[in-house]
Amino acid sequence: MAKKLIVSLSPHVHTRDSVQRNMYGVCIALIPALLTSLYFFGIGAAVVLLTSVASCVFFEWAIAKFILKREEVTVTDGSAVLTGLLLGFNLPSNLPVWIIIIGALVAIGVGKMTFGGLGCNPFNPALVGRVFLLVSFPVQMTTWPVPGQIGSYLDAETAATPLAVMKTAIKSGDASVLDQLPSSIDLLVGQTGGCLGEVSALALLIGLAYMLARHIITWHIPVSILATVFVLSGALHWADPVYASPVTVLLTGGMMLGACFMATDYVTSPMTAKGQVIYGISIGFLTVVIRTFGAYPEGMSFAILIMNAFTPLINTYCKPKRFGEVLKK
Amino acid sequence: MKTFKIGGVHPSESKLSAKSPIRRAGLPKQAVISLYQHIGAPAKPVVAKGDEVKVGMLIAEADGFVSVPIHSSVSGKVNKIDAVVDASGYRRPAIFVDVEGDEWESSIDQSEDLVTLADHPELTPETIIGKVKAAGIVGMGGATFPCHVKLSPPKGTKAECVIINAVECEPYLTADHRLMLEKPDEILVGTELVMKAVGVEKGYIGIENNKPDAISLLAERVKQHPHIEIVPLQVKYPQGGEKQLIAAVTGREVPAPPALPIHVGAVVQNVGTTFAIYEAVMKNKPLFERVITVTGKDLRQPSNLLARIGTPMSQLIEECGGLPGDTGKVIGGGPMMGKALMHLDVPVCKGSSGLLLLGEREARRKAPQPCIRCAKCVSACPMGLEPYLLATASSLRKWDVAEENGITSCIECGSCQFTCPSARPILDNVRMGKATVMALIRARNAK
Amino acid sequence: MNVIWIAVIILGVVGLVSAVVLYAASKKFAVVEDERIGKVAEVLPQANCGGCGYPGCSGFAAACVKAANAGSLEGMLCPVGGQPVMEKVAGILGLSVGASAPKVAVVRCNGTCANRPRVVEYVGVKSCRVQLLAGTGETACAFGCLGGGDCVAACQFGALSINPETGLPEVDEDLCTACGACVKTCPRKVIELRPKGPKNRRMVVKCVNRDKGAVANKVCKASCIGCGKCVKACPFEAITLNNNLAYIDPEKCRLCRKCEEACPKGAIHAINFPPRKPKESAQPVAAGETPAAEKQGA
Repeated sequence: MAKKLIVSLSPHVHTRDSVQRNMYGVCIALIPALLTSLYFFGIGAAVVLLTSVASCVFFEWAIAKFILKREEVTVTDGSAVLTGLLLGFNLPSNLPVWIIIIGALVAIGVGKMTFGGLGCNPFNPALVGRVFLLVSFPVQMTTWPVPGQIGSYLDAETAATPLAVMKTAIKSGDASVLDQLPSSIDLLVGQTGGCLGEVSALALLIGLAYMLARHIITWHIPVSILATVFVLSGALHWADPVYASPVTVLLTGGMMLGACFMATDYVTSPMTAKGQVIYGISIGFLTVVIRTFGAYPEGMSFAILIMNAFTPLINTYCKPKRFGEVLKK
Repeated sequence: MKTFKIGGVHPSESKLSAKSPIRRAGLPKQAVISLYQHIGAPAKPVVAKGDEVKVGMLIAEADGFVSVPIHSSVSGKVNKIDAVVDASGYRRPAIFVDVEGDEWESSIDQSEDLVTLADHPELTPETIIGKVKAAGIVGMGGATFPCHVKLSPPKGTKAECVIINAVECEPYLTADHRLMLEKPDEILVGTELVMKAVGVEKGYIGIENNKPDAISLLAERVKQHPHIEIVPLQVKYPQGGEKQLIAAVTGREVPAPPALPIHVGAVVQNVGTTFAIYEAVMKNKPLFERVITVTGKDLRQPSNLLARIGTPMSQLIEECGGLPGDTGKVIGGGPMMGKALMHLDVPVCKGSSGLLLLGEREARRKAPQPCIRCAKCVSACPMGLEPYLLATASSLRKWDVAEENGITSCIECGSCQFTCPSARPILDNVRMGKATVMALIRARNAK
Repeated sequence: MNVIWIAVIILGVVGLVSAVVLYAASKKFAVVEDERIGKVAEVLPQANCGGCGYPGCSGFAAACVKAANAGSLEGMLCPVGGQPVMEKVAGILGLSVGASAPKVAVVRCNGTCANRPRVVEYVGVKSCRVQLLAGTGETACAFGCLGGGDCVAACQFGALSINPETGLPEVDEDLCTACGACVKTCPRKVIELRPKGPKNRRMVVKCVNRDKGAVANKVCKASCIGCGKCVKACPFEAITLNNNLAYIDPEKCRLCRKCEEACPKGAIHAINFPPRKPKESAQPVAAGETPAAEKQGA
């Protein structure tokens, strides 16, 4: 026979699944939130997202090619696009372009490539970028434009977000401050101030449903986070009405974005179902603690980053149930 | 619908030959009958060069308890006893028989008539096991473990039920499916023989529900056999794994090695083996032919062939329309657990359940990407292991880490590598690690 | 001023308490170790190669001390440091060691891409141990080098590399310390530690194929077919033939190179010899070796 046969070990067939499919799948799941952000923040949202995605992809390509000198540059796997989108979603829509570029550099450069690129980073790169910007540019990062100003970017009018209102209520000890909060329906749709991707809980939930349906992620992390937050904030609200109601807590700030898209990041979340539930509960707990008792109004990013650090530990101690293990005992 | 609880994947079924009835393959010019057709000690030849043999004649005897005899699949003259490259890729001793005519041993009942247990009330467990052993029957799903050993539970264990493995969860393969459609009564009688041999009152036949015709046919015929129950199972790979099948049918999990299925009271036999047991006991026919699925997307005529042991695979491919020009890989067995053959003249063995031809493009692997820790391998593993961890530990030669994390429990089903979005060679590494750790454990126990 | 004093006092107290705790802990949890272990470890190469069979140099040092306590250092060898280091170790422990010749790793396979046709293409992890599970590798030879590079990965000293032209590993004799890691890792036992030989010269059968001659000949042009010509040619009975494979005993070999000439397959290689002069002048080299053999015989 002229042609040589190929020999390899089984299995000889492979699923159609791929890294690209998963990464772009998450991107597709983000489309509803993307559209809502464009609807509410217009040009501002478009500029922020485009800058963020473009600079993330550029930095990944440049670092892999010129600093790490890799032969194969893997910007096409979609992970840089996804990081860019998520970083953009975590920024206010009136943020100047140069700050976004710095954020992207930190996210990709420090958060991802220093550790060796895709699959090696201990922390969620988009969150590293966001938290870096939050502590470096606190003023720019915490003035959120009022939604509905389609045509404005840097000049957009800003206002206090629901999270800031909640913090004020706790600090003053006056429950009536909470009356300034928008209604739950407005919060669900996104008719409120905040980072551009996190305003509409509904759009994010649609994305979550899509990811669950396509088996990109499992339910464990989002559900355990949201349930923990609901129970804890419910208990606080019941003990003292100065703390906002659990429904409001769930629908405000980065809660949905964090629980559905940031905490579920493959690389930085635990491997087993049991571990994922522990991870989710811990994030929920830390978020409520930071939001209620901490200095910052928002605790999601910090909670996720803290738990990212614990992921290797969780992986070491949370083993899956082995086949036949129960009978052994 | 019943199935096993932990892990599992669902590869595309591609049962191309499901509608193709079993037909006899032609006799080869020369049959190459390997002496290594089963797990355990190889058989010892009892014929010499120049001896005349008939179909069904003993040509090699069992060497020890975990070993089986081998019978001639053709009539003719022994040409030589020499090494042949078999499915493993290595040269192993085999008996070469030049075929002349097709003369069967007179003791074999060649009629198609059904013989039931009622016709032979004198059969005892000992006689059944003795006949099975003399007929050289091994596990025909691919494991090739001597059948009589499985039918003789070790001391201190008690069988409670017999499970017939008619799952055929490997994509492409349809040999068992066709056998059930064409020989349902024989299989049911065979099941009763297995039940009688191990002394149990309950038999299950587990069939995946992608074979509704086989389920309904057997469900109708089983009415005459009140102790046998047909169990339809949800389609999930690797349900045909012995441990997974027991879990799916009875809900019991076999503990980690060295525990055996018998420790949870189950005796599992493949449906092909069951048919062979029927033929051995009721028809005095030793195991010298088997049904093999010859299939592939580019093959002109995917078929289920009844082939004599020792027929070269190349001849079977010719009978199904010839080797497609684009063939990149030839696999002995199914696509999930089968072995890629190094050349096409490998002879059919007792454990050859299929022959699969993959095109050049299908045969190549995707380029591996970095592990993104998506944990899909962890949720796919039917043994509840962490394949990503075992693969890394093996490639870094951390044998102690691999052993602690249960690498010896791996059944090499390939679910992890199948499901990996990064197309990483997980099982390549795990298999290597498992082999090394097993060797280390043996060395330690030997001390 | 008050603030400064308070700070000083607090820091001072904290420091004092920590010092007391650390001192107590170091006394309580102190590990008593035979001081000779440290001394032995100092003279070891500190490569931690594991070639001795112990986990690193400190493990070997501890084992040496233990062996010395039992009375002898027999069987203890640091393959990297070799004889000089073992003498130093023995000196520290007040014992003596027997002599052992310096060794080097030798790849006993010449199944290059040209000599040994590739019959199939292997796809998968590039590792000999993995390839081994898929059959005989890319060639039909069931004994020779798989070319997966496990030995290269196992070598701590960078002495091995796969030559892309031949597909076989090559040993850099200056870097090889004869630690034996490659020998241990090679699943086909192709690599052997052999004495370096006088002037680094040695004769090697570069084949490990134990198949019958006809089969071995078919799978590889450079294979040993077990014809036995070298056995007859050897004046010193240094060559034995087992399982269709010739083996040169390095202890008996006098480097006369007669076997090399006798081998019809070119499977016997003379390593580190000067290039052969024309046929006539080659004679004295072999003749020069003969008296030495006679001395040995007498």
